[in-house]
Amino acid sequence: MNLWPWILIACGLAYLTKLSGYFVPAKLLRSPRMMRVAGTMTIGLLASLTVVNAVASGQSLAFDARLGALAAGAIALWLRAPFLVVVIVGSAAAAGLRLLGWR
Amino acid sequence: MKLLESPAVKVGVSISIATGLYGISFGALASASGFSFWQTMAFSLLMFSGGSQFAFIGVVAGGGSGIAAMTAAALLGLRNGIYGMQMNALLRPVGWLKYPQAHITIDESTATASGQSDSDEQRRGFWTAGLGIFVLWNIFTAVGALAGDALGDPKQWGLDGAAVAAFLGLLWPRLKGREPWAIAAAAALATIVAVPFVPPGVPILVAAVVAGAIGWFSHGRSDEGMEPDVDPYPHGHSSADATSRERNAE
Repeated sequence: MNLWPWILIACGLAYLTKLSGYFVPAKLLRSPRMMRVAGTMTIGLLASLTVVNAVASGQSLAFDARLGALAAGAIALWLRAPFLVVVIVGSAAAAGLRLLGWR
Repeated sequence: MKLLESPAVKVGVSISIATGLYGISFGALASASGFSFWQTMAFSLLMFSGGSQFAFIGVVAGGGSGIAAMTAAALLGLRNGIYGMQMNALLRPVGWLKYPQAHITIDESTATASGQSDSDEQRRGFWTAGLGIFVLWNIFTAVGALAGDALGDPKQWGLDGAAVAAFLGLLWPRLKGREPWAIAAAAALATIVAVPFVPPGVPILVAAVVAGAIGWFSHGRSDEGMEPDVDPYPHGHSSADATSRERNAE
């Protein structure tokens, strides 16, 4: 599948979204309801992406080493580790669990 | 030198280093998910919004279509429109300056500017953080992409686990209080329920609709979810905190 068109459209949309804030009359965007939807959607999307990457395998749910990465990442965040450390911990947990035989 | 004595510039530089560095994880994950070097660079150069970039590659890595990936990335970028409006009101750019300024309008540059009370300092903070992150984010994306290519089997290195931790790390700073936890839990549940019934990638959009509906129909903070991945003012001296407290009190 050639992803180039979708990548470029997504990049264009990202820029136009940013730019719209500078040109759309403030009244339109400043509606507290629009701000709230943009914010709650951000939380929802990131939560969903976390879950999909942790347990989805195509159209089925799989419980594998990625769950260990989720737990390890959460512990690292709880201990206030910086982002990059959290990512490395997640990767190490998944790789380590696979070495131990848990796919 | 005067510029280096500016508190906003100092904050901007440190936030640039902290945020720019994790471009390495984006580059590595993108190349492990099958994106070419130049596709990976296109994200960091042209899309330049960490959450949206991770979202696009995350959907594709999960078997989702290009259109689902594009939609997830676009929805996750919506908050940048709000930031644009805030920065337009705060920094008042004129003429052509709006165009480059829009491109570097992201969580961190907005947060750095909002944390200052003097208008020159706000401008310095915005541009230092925005340009600094842009340069470092792209350099480290390239490093990550090249390293990812050299790694071989991504699963052996646990890179799928790295993606899980990365999304959790992007979500985490936004989970302050009970309400965002409830929104996150509802979105997670909607995702799990949807996975068996719709094509890969679509569960994420279902969750976006659920979370958007919660925001539309309930009342609460109007700046929910608007936190940078790396907080430029972790000790809370900022006037942004004061402003958001005022907003909440209204």
